[in-house]
Amino acid sequence: MTESFRTFSSRLVPLPNENVDTDQIIPARFLKTTTREGLGKSLFNDWRYDAAGNPRPEFVLNKPEMRGRKILLAGNNFGCGSSREHAPWALTDFGFRAVISTSFADIFRGNSLKNALLPILVSRSEHAKLFSLCSEYPEAEVTVDLEMQALTLPGGARIGFPIEPFSKKCLLQGIDELGYLLRFADQIAAYESSRRF
Amino acid sequence: MNHKTLFDKVWESHVVAAEPDCPSVLYIDLHLVHEVTSPQAFSGLRERGLRVRRPDLTVATMDHIIPTRNQGLPLQDPLAAQLVKQLQANCDEFEISLHGIGDPGQGIVHIIGPELGLTQPGKTVVCGDSHTSTHGACGALAFGIGTSEVEHVLATQCLLQKKPKTFEVLVTGRLPAGLTSKDIILSLLAAIGVDGGTGHVFEYRGDTIRSLGMDERMTICNMSIEAGARAGMIAPDDTTFQYLSGKPFAPKGADWEAALSRWRMLGSDGEARFDRSVEIDASALEPMITYGTNPGMAIPITGRIPGPDSTHDSSARNAIAKAVAYMGLTPGKPILGQKIDTVFIGSCTNGRLADLRAAAGVLKGRKVHPGLRALIVPGSQAVREAAEREGLHLIFKEAGAEWREPGCSMCIAMNGDELSPGEYCVSTSNRNFEGRQGKGGRTLLASPLTAAASAVAGVVADVRRLV
Repeated sequence: MTESFRTFSSRLVPLPNENVDTDQIIPARFLKTTTREGLGKSLFNDWRYDAAGNPRPEFVLNKPEMRGRKILLAGNNFGCGSSREHAPWALTDFGFRAVISTSFADIFRGNSLKNALLPILVSRSEHAKLFSLCSEYPEAEVTVDLEMQALTLPGGARIGFPIEPFSKKCLLQGIDELGYLLRFADQIAAYESSRRF
Repeated sequence: MNHKTLFDKVWESHVVAAEPDCPSVLYIDLHLVHEVTSPQAFSGLRERGLRVRRPDLTVATMDHIIPTRNQGLPLQDPLAAQLVKQLQANCDEFEISLHGIGDPGQGIVHIIGPELGLTQPGKTVVCGDSHTSTHGACGALAFGIGTSEVEHVLATQCLLQKKPKTFEVLVTGRLPAGLTSKDIILSLLAAIGVDGGTGHVFEYRGDTIRSLGMDERMTICNMSIEAGARAGMIAPDDTTFQYLSGKPFAPKGADWEAALSRWRMLGSDGEARFDRSVEIDASALEPMITYGTNPGMAIPITGRIPGPDSTHDSSARNAIAKAVAYMGLTPGKPILGQKIDTVFIGSCTNGRLADLRAAAGVLKGRKVHPGLRALIVPGSQAVREAAEREGLHLIFKEAGAEWREPGCSMCIAMNGDELSPGEYCVSTSNRNFEGRQGKGGRTLLASPLTAAASAVAGVVADVRRLV
């Protein structure tokens, strides 16, 4: 059992870049680790720090008002490229609990769902609306309600989002997928013995 | 009713169970493991007190972080040494066969699977690496997974998977001289973009695909993931069977005959329907090269560097402007003649014997441009041996290129082989993401022919002017 995913509210961190690949989320040289912990400090390392290792003040995560925000508002096709699960590990270790985009790369999406990082899919027009909200009211809080599959904006406007029933159930009830798979031991054994080769 | 695709047939024969509103439980025939994405999965098994269900279907190698020089010596990088030690310990504890440093079967995970005959038509193949799509060239359903899923497969030999959609990529016509299958896949990426295949499995079909050898087919399937596709497959045919025949783990004798009759049934049926389809006329292609920071930012080699004005879409304009700025290129200028510092020939995309032969064909009797660094890294020990038997290494050395030992090397730059900030590299690898080949490095993806021609010229060059 893992912890169940609860409704929460947060301001947004806007990162409009399209096709953000997992090499940007966490560069390969930080993958030389045998644990899942402590990757948040290297999140977006090469955008976040200059050659001397100093924070670049213009990068969104380095702005003081962004500290503690739990929702990343990302550009189209977030998480493409390498299958490294270190990407969602780095995002959650940093403090993110949800990423909003118009599309996610398949492997990143699957990895995120296994790490209680909610990939929230919205339409292009809603996506644009959220970016305008961010620039006009940077302090606006958005509520993520997985049970209702909805984002609630200040003033009460709601944006629905899709999620497969299985993933939703796993997140809400804190069911881990391996625990679910292990229940199929008998069927797996039967499948193995039924194969002719 | 004969209307099933190659993908449908492989998928359906591997579904163990499927509960309503749940993903399918899919059986995995071959699980490949490497040093970087597996340690946390083995730790997970230990925490739960689980064993590896089928060590006999699990094969490990070391490729991502190992040096390509002096592999026999202790590793200089303590973090890399720790990962290598950990994989060795995990394979010992869980009784998994490991092709470690010094083993004749060692190599890049996606090169050794097919060359050992482990990858076979109709199998399901996974690995904690997105370029697992390579194995689809043998008619397998092969895809990359995350570390949690590596743990799932180790423990249960199964994965929870939602059935992807199908996408036909029909390639017809004769590929002109000076082009390779790399140019086909880069032109597909330029056409459909880096998310054009999301949620789909590609099947590459058509007479051009049929005319390609296995090494070239693997290059195409390898980069399916660069379009966001779950996998890329090619129906097995006589080229596939000849390739597999006699490989160490391929079936033998009566088993081989039985396998052949099964494998011949795998191709998509005449009435098969695909969810999407795209056509490419190979005869109209030019050598392709990337100018930007994702593999879809590719242009014909005689083309000009695009600027923000080349599109009306505002986010695409921003993306092109950012990419061209990172690359230090000038919109409107021809890409031909762009000065380069390094050429890298290798990787799971283009580190096989056919790739090395192509590069050697260009470099024979020529010299690498003075001051340019050319790194040639065979994909596996077997590729290295075969290349050396043919004397390709002598051609490379004579030309002034470095002939290295097998590994992922400068494709992912985790082993010390990397670009310096600002350096330009024509690379036969698969990703030109910012910093992929070293922080601040600038990658131009191209075929082994284009890479070799550029190594000679010292600038981005058109190999057709040499052949």
